[in-house]
Amino acid sequence: MNTSARSTARLLFSALRALLVLTVVTGVIYPLVITGIAQGAFSDRANGSKVEHEGRDVGSKLIGQSWNLKGTDTPDPRWFQPRPSNSAYDPLATGPSNLGASDATLVKTVKEAKQQVASFNDVPVSEVPKDAVTGSGSAIDPHISPAYARIQVDRVAKENGLSEPQVENLVRDHEEGRDLGFLGNEKVNVLELNVALSRLTDN
Amino acid sequence: MSPILADVLQVSALVAALALVHRPLGDYMARVYAGKKHSRVERWIYRAVGADPDAGMRWPAYLRAVLAFSLAGVLFLYLLQRLQDRLPLSLGFAAISPDQAFNTAASFVANTNWQSYSGESAMGQLAQTGGLAVQNFVSAAVGMAVAVALIRGFARARTGELGNFWADLVRGTLRILLPMAAVAAVLLIACGAIQNFSGTQSVTTVTGQTQHLTGGAVASQEAIKDLGTNGGGYYNANSAHPFENPSGISNLLEIFLLLVIPFAMPRTFGRMVGSVRQGYAVVAAMAGIWLAGVVAVTWLEAAHPGTAAQLAGGAMEGKEQRFGEGASSLFAVSTTMTSTGSVNSFHDSFSGLSGGVLLFGMMIGEIAPGGVGSGLYGMLVMAVVAVFIAGLMVGRTPEYLGKKIGPREMKLAACYILVTPALVLTGTALAMGTGNGESSMTNTGPHGFSEVLYAYTSASNNNGSAFAGFAANTGFHNTALGLCMLLGRFLPMVFVLALAGSLAGQRPVPASAGTLRTDKPLFTGVLVACIAIVAGLTFFPSLALGPLAEGLAA
Repeated sequence: MNTSARSTARLLFSALRALLVLTVVTGVIYPLVITGIAQGAFSDRANGSKVEHEGRDVGSKLIGQSWNLKGTDTPDPRWFQPRPSNSAYDPLATGPSNLGASDATLVKTVKEAKQQVASFNDVPVSEVPKDAVTGSGSAIDPHISPAYARIQVDRVAKENGLSEPQVENLVRDHEEGRDLGFLGNEKVNVLELNVALSRLTDN
Repeated sequence: MSPILADVLQVSALVAALALVHRPLGDYMARVYAGKKHSRVERWIYRAVGADPDAGMRWPAYLRAVLAFSLAGVLFLYLLQRLQDRLPLSLGFAAISPDQAFNTAASFVANTNWQSYSGESAMGQLAQTGGLAVQNFVSAAVGMAVAVALIRGFARARTGELGNFWADLVRGTLRILLPMAAVAAVLLIACGAIQNFSGTQSVTTVTGQTQHLTGGAVASQEAIKDLGTNGGGYYNANSAHPFENPSGISNLLEIFLLLVIPFAMPRTFGRMVGSVRQGYAVVAAMAGIWLAGVVAVTWLEAAHPGTAAQLAGGAMEGKEQRFGEGASSLFAVSTTMTSTGSVNSFHDSFSGLSGGVLLFGMMIGEIAPGGVGSGLYGMLVMAVVAVFIAGLMVGRTPEYLGKKIGPREMKLAACYILVTPALVLTGTALAMGTGNGESSMTNTGPHGFSEVLYAYTSASNNNGSAFAGFAANTGFHNTALGLCMLLGRFLPMVFVLALAGSLAGQRPVPASAGTLRTDKPLFTGVLVACIAIVAGLTFFPSLALGPLAEGLAA
């Protein structure tokens, strides 16, 4: 009995030492080496692909933002609007609605969003694309579909005193196809598009 | 390009890449585990551990080492979380509560990575990088070690020895997982995943609002999270978070990482038992089931049944624009069938029937292709069952790879396949019966029941994904799911190692005209049918109450 207790203790002590050694290798050396390579070779990307505007960082091109009127839940008509977000685009609370595809609450939300997007952009309800009325998985989706960007052109042009062709061209320049032509989905980055829009209105 | 064509090309590219590395990686892993030499670093580690890497272990000794190492992991992780507020790099977060710390420790040591916490608002950098990410490596290496021990049971004769656990653990970590994770991490960073120690940074947006961006060693953790079929995201949104998975390319790379080792292990098996064709029969069964799941879910999500999805014009709720329905479906099936559980879209919002397919992918026991190591040993246990059933049909003593499948072997295999169904069904019944299931639901009706069933299926099969509307952070669920994860991981290992020991001790029987050929397509068919029947009979009633009821009503 005594010897088996002692051998169990010895085994546990070995296990603990193995864990600590492997912690040093995979929990200290590995992340530090990768961070070193990242900061040396890809410092821009490793630090969050920041977007600069008027000499300062205004966010990350990978993280969606709210384009509401400051301090309200009302979308600002001067900007291209992103997808609905479950967390008002707060990166400290990522995550989706988790409502099922037949859920009554979700049906109501989608119905209201469709009406809101249609009247906000003055387009028929049938032209509102799916990404404009559904929340993303991360709640900080930086992209919208090209279709959603296009139905916003007229409104954005009018609100900023720009011509429609000017804004149309801007959207066309920011449309991104699938990666390598077949991976993922077509998209428009909202932050980059709005920063470019802001440059256009400043001039 | 039409979405359908893009989906087909995407799956084809993935399959081609997996096929390309199948042989070299499978052969390499066989050499790693069969090798006699130790590198200088490894020798140093063995000295520090106080273990002789050349000493063969019989199955009880191998098992004791597995359990001791895992127990040390649970205790270490538990303490790291409980003392978080007093340790450096905590980002100011408080200590984790006892039940949640137990749940998380059990979860990461059991290779499940069920997360009842939210990464960006609960776990500091020390807990994530020095604790959770370490278990991502070593829990995966433990799974691979047990699989290799079972292979040795088939390959060896008249010896009780299954190899040395410490050598298998250290080699799996150092020679397989670490180099592959390092390459993958750098590729992910090149795609835009972040890797820094900056903590939380604040920026003022164009419209004058403040946004807080959480930094961290994300890419290095992301790589091993997928490669080791772990699944615990740095952030709550997991691989839907653009810092973890920034583009269509990084997305395909991550799906590749989920599948690459589990699909290459059958080659390692074939090599080590001396017949690569035996490995092909196993990998064909895995690939067939996986592909059927991919086709079903991709088709269902493109058709988007469900009132809300129909109204919106597509199943984009819970999905990212840069991925769309196709890349999200491919990820969802691959993560549930590999026991990974990382997600790039949220399964709770998939159509009812898609949710059923994802659930069934876990219920078959995570074997198509399954987790690293655990997928292979689970599939080999099913192969033993298939050989037994086929043997009964033709009235011959069943044998597999020259080893007789006698009463002892069958008892162990039967115990193995009973563990997870018992945990899933008792766990779900207990949660529902005590009212703890209902109070944690976000959805109502059959879909609400699916959330509870999904939680207990995911934990017991060591997957870790969730119908994430399920509010898991309660004392009851933290404890019950924690126990499901530990028992669902380590009880099957007990039976696998006992089976390996019993096989290794046998004298091989030469093949005769009456021997069932297990390296032919016919056997692959029998194997797939056995898997479908065993899981179907066990779980059909519970599936009927949840996803089937929801899907047929839609």
